[in-house]
Amino acid sequence: MTFKGRDIVSIRDFTKKDLLHILKRSREMEAEKPDLLAGKILATLFFEPSTRTRLSFESAMCRLGGKVIGFSDEKVSSVKKGETIWDTAKMADRYSDVIVIRSPIEGSARLAAEAASVPVINGGDGANQHPTQTLLDLYTIQKAKRKISGLKIGFLGDLKYGRTVHSLAIALSHWEVDLYFIAPDALQMPEQYLKDLREKGIGCFQSSDVLSVSEELDILYVTRIQQERFPDPLEYERYKNAFRLDRSLLVHIKKDMKIMHPLPRVGEISPELDETDHAIYFEQAGNGVTVRKALLALVLGR
Amino acid sequence: MRMKERKVPAIKEGTVIDHIPSRETFRIIRILDPQEFEHPISVTLNLYSKKVGKKGVIKIDDRFLTKNEVDKIAILAPNATVSIIKDYKIQKKINVKLPEKLIGIINCSNPVCITNREEVSTTFVVVREDPLEVKCQYCEKVYTKDELEIKRK
Repeated sequence: MTFKGRDIVSIRDFTKKDLLHILKRSREMEAEKPDLLAGKILATLFFEPSTRTRLSFESAMCRLGGKVIGFSDEKVSSVKKGETIWDTAKMADRYSDVIVIRSPIEGSARLAAEAASVPVINGGDGANQHPTQTLLDLYTIQKAKRKISGLKIGFLGDLKYGRTVHSLAIALSHWEVDLYFIAPDALQMPEQYLKDLREKGIGCFQSSDVLSVSEELDILYVTRIQQERFPDPLEYERYKNAFRLDRSLLVHIKKDMKIMHPLPRVGEISPELDETDHAIYFEQAGNGVTVRKALLALVLGR
Repeated sequence: MRMKERKVPAIKEGTVIDHIPSRETFRIIRILDPQEFEHPISVTLNLYSKKVGKKGVIKIDDRFLTKNEVDKIAILAPNATVSIIKDYKIQKKINVKLPEKLIGIINCSNPVCITNREEVSTTFVVVREDPLEVKCQYCEKVYTKDELEIKRK
């Protein structure tokens, strides 16, 4: 299987075979490979701020011996002067061997991939896709549980707008898993996704109370509930507290249940859980470097 | 068949679009932008059709359709036929066919889609034919037939 020259734009572009290959290469990347991408240049085109995605891509490239150019704020780039994504990608194509793009405009990565001849990796395009997050989530699950098939995975938080949840559910649907969607009705998983998942034979369960299902779960994936989604601040306060995890959860879960979070968190998970064996969200963030190393190496044919 | 055809006036030269579900007939006329036409157009609704129930027929004098227009008709009326008439005779009759990709004929309704921000032709992939569902190749939003905003030109 060759990934050389391939763009990483949407999780929907990947078959199960592709995903397994990426997971395998990611495991190999746990080892140091300081010269693998020596002489290669990564261009990071970040049209909106991002901490984890940009730093982990830069770290991944540096750890493999490559170099990084780019911008992380559109105010300092010529986009401010009105340059299009298309033109920016055409330019970066000539300056680098691989491009990572992040933009709030949905579909920008696909357009950049059409403009550039070098591989383009989507670092997040608005509410649409963030495939490298999904791949690192998948890797984290497999690493923590040594398998994916047969797992019962819960999603907690804003499932309506949360793109990480949507993409991960799509990726997981290649395996035999049961998915539990835990959210207030107003923030439940969109019908379209539930329909697609059920058509693929995935068990889907919905609940508004984490304790009603927590004992079943092997993984609990928590996402942030964003205040701006609620017209009424009181309603936000109510949901925010109802969906906050703390030590009281511990008597209601399996001993080896793992808690994930794409970060940043804003109170969904009490820091008192950080030191428990259940918390793997910082490890998950760390896996971002490993998986991005694998992706950079794969698309550069190394 | 001949008796039924006569319910609609015959044309000398032009195009006949047949087997349109009645409810889609005016949507198709809007796409074809009849105000630009210099020649007569006649519409008949609620004829009986085995294929589509109540059907509409559109006849346009002295005008022939482009491929884009035929693709647009295929979106709204997948069973439609388009006949080219020369000297009162059917010279060619085609069954419309939905292409796998619809290029440049639908607007994406998502305001933050790149196709609404930069000069780029839209591309929609047909994910399901019946009932129709198409997906924007860029922002990946899925639209049903009733949600589609078909370009007029």
